[in-house]
Amino acid sequence: MSEVTVLSSLDARRLRADFPILGRHVHGKPLAYLDSAASAQKPTAVLDIERSFYETSYTNVHRGVYELAAEATEAFEGAREKVRALLNAQSTREVVFTRGATEALNLVAYAWGLDNLGPGDIVVVTELEHHSNFVPWQYVAQRTGARFTVIPVDEAAELRLDALDEIASQGRVKAVAVGIVANSIGTVNPVEDIARWAHQQGAICVLDAAQAAPHRSLDVQALGCDFLALTGHKMLGPTGIGALWGRAELLEQMAPFNLGGEMIRSVTLERTTWNELPHKFEAGTPPIAQAVGFGAAIDYLASVGYEAIGCHERDLTAYALEGIGAIDGVTILGPPLERRGGIVSFVVDGIHPHDVAQILDYEGVAVRAGHHCTQPLMERFGITATTRASFYLYTLEEEIDRLVEGLGRVKKTFA
Amino acid sequence: MDDLYRELILDHYKSPRNHGELDPADGKAHGHNPLCGDDVEVTVNFAEDVIDAIRFKGRGCAISQAATSILTELVKGRTVSEIADLDKQVLLDELGVPLTPIRLKCAILGLGVLKVALHKAKGTPLPAEWSGADDLMLR
Repeated sequence: MSEVTVLSSLDARRLRADFPILGRHVHGKPLAYLDSAASAQKPTAVLDIERSFYETSYTNVHRGVYELAAEATEAFEGAREKVRALLNAQSTREVVFTRGATEALNLVAYAWGLDNLGPGDIVVVTELEHHSNFVPWQYVAQRTGARFTVIPVDEAAELRLDALDEIASQGRVKAVAVGIVANSIGTVNPVEDIARWAHQQGAICVLDAAQAAPHRSLDVQALGCDFLALTGHKMLGPTGIGALWGRAELLEQMAPFNLGGEMIRSVTLERTTWNELPHKFEAGTPPIAQAVGFGAAIDYLASVGYEAIGCHERDLTAYALEGIGAIDGVTILGPPLERRGGIVSFVVDGIHPHDVAQILDYEGVAVRAGHHCTQPLMERFGITATTRASFYLYTLEEEIDRLVEGLGRVKKTFA
Repeated sequence: MDDLYRELILDHYKSPRNHGELDPADGKAHGHNPLCGDDVEVTVNFAEDVIDAIRFKGRGCAISQAATSILTELVKGRTVSEIADLDKQVLLDELGVPLTPIRLKCAILGLGVLKVALHKAKGTPLPAEWSGADDLMLR
């Protein structure tokens, strides 16, 4: 799987052999896993490297002088280089390992926000945001006296950029935090335009790439943002590992986030000085084997190719929009195919999403039901929850067929 | 296999018993599960220490609404202290379906709301899982 080939499409059936869990049955039916937006399943390449790392090279990183410590550090820092290359960042100094995208976003909100926001300043997020890119900003705005505001969405859950002028007229826009792909509804946002607008206001632009990085290639230079957060577990990698990319000049100016071991240069009774980037932001023992697994996941994605992944997911999404959209009493939320990631979120007339998902589970079809950590968006559409199907490189059309058939059974049960 | 949607549950969901609102009511409470949007309001009237009449309204999943409907039939005519002490297992046995932890919350929402109504009207102890509940849950 190490050879990089450019494919216009991919052979999902062949790839599935790399994912042991996809062979299991649920309630006597083959598992149709349509919840990759919540978390992706793991290929053996990731599982094997974590195990072999523990079996051959494991110890704590950075300070040991013995051979194992050198090997572990090399593997850990090698994973950092893979993240750097993935994002086309200038230096590994700009890549901070975190527990996930949530911690990465909190790091920016706290370490940048607490020292750079105050009364008269505006923090802008969007109505589409996952709570992880919403709540930290709302909280830090309240702590600093800054104003917190959202870019609203239209009926298709697309950002209303016509509202930007009005937002800019309310004060100094200092931070703009936007997701690249909206997790609950699939909207792909025009983040390059938003980054440009943010910089025109003199603001920083923070991108939540948790839902984008698994599916599309990202180049922080082309995106024009200042910070970008991603998480390993949605990218076929382990849980507990993610990364924050930030421009070095901003990271250098920022105070630390967590404090303790590893992030210091020197500690005396009087004062402590901070380690260099990126270690200044990595207090404590990091998730070492998880970082190594994350690196293997990035390699796996590269071997399949983002172009092929995107193509496959577009085909699946078109197929699902057609199949689910044709069912009476089912309403799909969100934008048209051209501006949608591999996510189809819908409501069934008169049937709660939990009941929908429960009956689909009896058919072996795993979908998510709930507010998907986007309560403000749910409120915008006057609902409390949706049923969401999401697709990845291992998803098959026949799994979407089973979802559509299952929805028929849902309707029959409640008829 | 899909025991959860057996006849009893679907029947109560589609034709809820004691549905609506008592006005005036001796006791009233409202509960909301923000995780899934399940929403239940219970009103009760007492004849001395007996639950004489009970109504509920709300919206949410089949389990939450059917369980509350079944609950209203279960408690009518019984004493306040008996219901304040009622173990949730009694209701769950009545439902007779296997529930995962997340659906368990749906099933006992109505019972919790009723116990809060009894607490507010009669001073019975608040169930442990509801003590410390914030305004969102008890509004």
